[in-house]
Amino acid sequence: MHPPRLRFSACLDLIMTSVSACFQTLRAQSQCALIPFITAGDPDLDTTAAALKTLDQAGADLIELGVPYADPLADGPTIQAAAMRALQRGTRLEAVLEMVQATVGEISAPIILFTYFNPIFHRGIETFLDQAAAAGVKGMVIPDLPLEEAEAVLVPAAARGVEVTLLVAPTSPTERIRAIAQQSQGFIYLVSVTGVTGTRTTVASRVKDLLPQLRAVTDKPIGVGFGISQPEQASQVKAWGADAAIVGSAIVQRLASGSPAEGLSAIDQFCRQLKAAL
Amino acid sequence: MTATPLRPTTPPAAKTQPDALGRFGRFGGKYVPETLMPALSELEAAYQRYKDEPEFQQELQGLLHAYVGRPSPLYFAARLSDRYARPDGSGPQIYLKREDLNHTGAHKINNALGQVLLAKRMGKRRIIAETGAGQHGVATATVCARFGLECVIYMGVCDMERQSLNVFRMRLLGATVQPVEAGTGTLKDATSEAIRDWVTNVETTHYILGSVAGPHPYPMLVRDFHAVIGQETRRQAQELWGGLPDVAIACVGGGSNAMGLFNEFISEPSVRLIGVEAAGSGTETGKHAATLTHGQPGVLHGAMSYLLQDDDGQVIEAHSISAGLDYPGVGPEHSYLMETGRAEYYSVTDAEAIAAFQQVSELEGIIPALETAHAFAYLETLCPQLTGSPRIVLNSSGRGDKDVQTVAKYLEDFKA
Repeated sequence: MHPPRLRFSACLDLIMTSVSACFQTLRAQSQCALIPFITAGDPDLDTTAAALKTLDQAGADLIELGVPYADPLADGPTIQAAAMRALQRGTRLEAVLEMVQATVGEISAPIILFTYFNPIFHRGIETFLDQAAAAGVKGMVIPDLPLEEAEAVLVPAAARGVEVTLLVAPTSPTERIRAIAQQSQGFIYLVSVTGVTGTRTTVASRVKDLLPQLRAVTDKPIGVGFGISQPEQASQVKAWGADAAIVGSAIVQRLASGSPAEGLSAIDQFCRQLKAAL
Repeated sequence: MTATPLRPTTPPAAKTQPDALGRFGRFGGKYVPETLMPALSELEAAYQRYKDEPEFQQELQGLLHAYVGRPSPLYFAARLSDRYARPDGSGPQIYLKREDLNHTGAHKINNALGQVLLAKRMGKRRIIAETGAGQHGVATATVCARFGLECVIYMGVCDMERQSLNVFRMRLLGATVQPVEAGTGTLKDATSEAIRDWVTNVETTHYILGSVAGPHPYPMLVRDFHAVIGQETRRQAQELWGGLPDVAIACVGGGSNAMGLFNEFISEPSVRLIGVEAAGSGTETGKHAATLTHGQPGVLHGAMSYLLQDDDGQVIEAHSISAGLDYPGVGPEHSYLMETGRAEYYSVTDAEAIAAFQQVSELEGIIPALETAHAFAYLETLCPQLTGSPRIVLNSSGRGDKDVQTVAKYLEDFKA
């Protein structure tokens, strides 16, 4: 038995709101956003649709939806395996976008598409953006598209109301951080570690230094991700001044454990724990 | 004999590639996670700083001579040439650039040595690399042993099986061989895993990428360290016949041995440049690695180039009997040379490569690497098309000892 569902999402009243607007609302309420990540098509798209609704109900303020990719360079074993399972089940981009379109009306958390660059490039950047925007996608994160190559996507995406968020890494020098912060849309994705996605026992203490460094050059919201897998870690990055905690592998792992129903129940519970910690 | 200083002899015009963003026309660039961007800049800066520095060049040239055994000979393959002679005695004159005689048995050591000298100067004590056939892994393990550096080689599990001799060699040289089970357990997967290691350990580690692929500056850097192949060829051709080659031919997986040979002659329009890809079981079967001739532009391992991919832009698994060519991508400069029409690219099947492997062994007493056998195999198509007695330089990029088990198994299966 589930307890009565409470809708925590700050973006509740702004159905189909933009990523920036969602952060504005949260900031007005001094809240730190929770952004869970799941891989589309793992174990199947019906479960993905159900998971989006579950996460939305369980306190997700925005949701990152990973497009499964055959060569996910920035991902650790958990999300690699999820992508492989999704691809082996024949998950196609077309179907992912259709599922998004059919689902966004029922959730208040804006959908941020997490996709590697080649599927975008192969489809044609403008065509891809047209289709993503039409499906109701509000933001995009492209982990293998650094600032130097990003302009080709940033400009046409902005014209379609899709915000492309750029990443800052612990290795980024100050001048680069400034330039990335200037170009990034929606928020700035602060990668907490030198490394790939995956759960880690502690949040790198470097984040504590990186956050003020980033804050000094930008007013935009800052989301911290890669390696946040526990409620304590989420509240830690909040305490250090993050505007959002992004949790990927820990959610993907739970969703993949047991049957789809068991997985959904596990992420429902876990998402509530994370939200409570923020 | 003293080592001859190998100054770049290519005219300035050809040196404008790549541009400041690492682009060869629309190909190349840097499509990598942000974490790696500073490391790529650091590597580029180190390369620009040291490449023309006398002390660096002296160390590199000294080792290329005394340790690698350069210059490698340009050898006239008389019996192989006879094989294609016409009744009137005319016919192509086939010369082999003997990179297989280099220390460790392939061209790969040229680049591994150059990069390890850079790594040393950048203060990196840990080296990682990917390998397919194991030749680049062996070359990297070798230079790490020579300089006392920690070495981790990523290798697909499928390749570890078919190139077990090289796995043993790497371990003997003190390297850790890290098996990669992802995907098909081949070169693509090993490269991805090496990049993930680099993202994680970038501050202490240098990644010796083994082909003219990957993000800028690798395609430029690796090409330049192999450019010695073409530079020597030019000089040796001048000595042997007082001219240039008419045709320069090499196998292409990622394309490093081919770029090493081609680079010197890009600005010489009289030299035909031919790259030979792996057609695996046949391009019509879908089981092949003919990236340039059957792929489409896309992004793999940090660079825009031709790529084997499906309608969704998902990378497709490549297939080749040759582990070194079993790769769905290709170096961006090859894509550029193909699109600009400066170089031509063709493909040969596993069966054709095996036949060439046997033929060259029997006719020349040289057992070529299966990769190299692809270049030899294309002579069967090329030679009958040529008129007169043109001089062909084929890059004999590696020796085939590592492949004898694979070939024996193939021939056994074929008989059965």
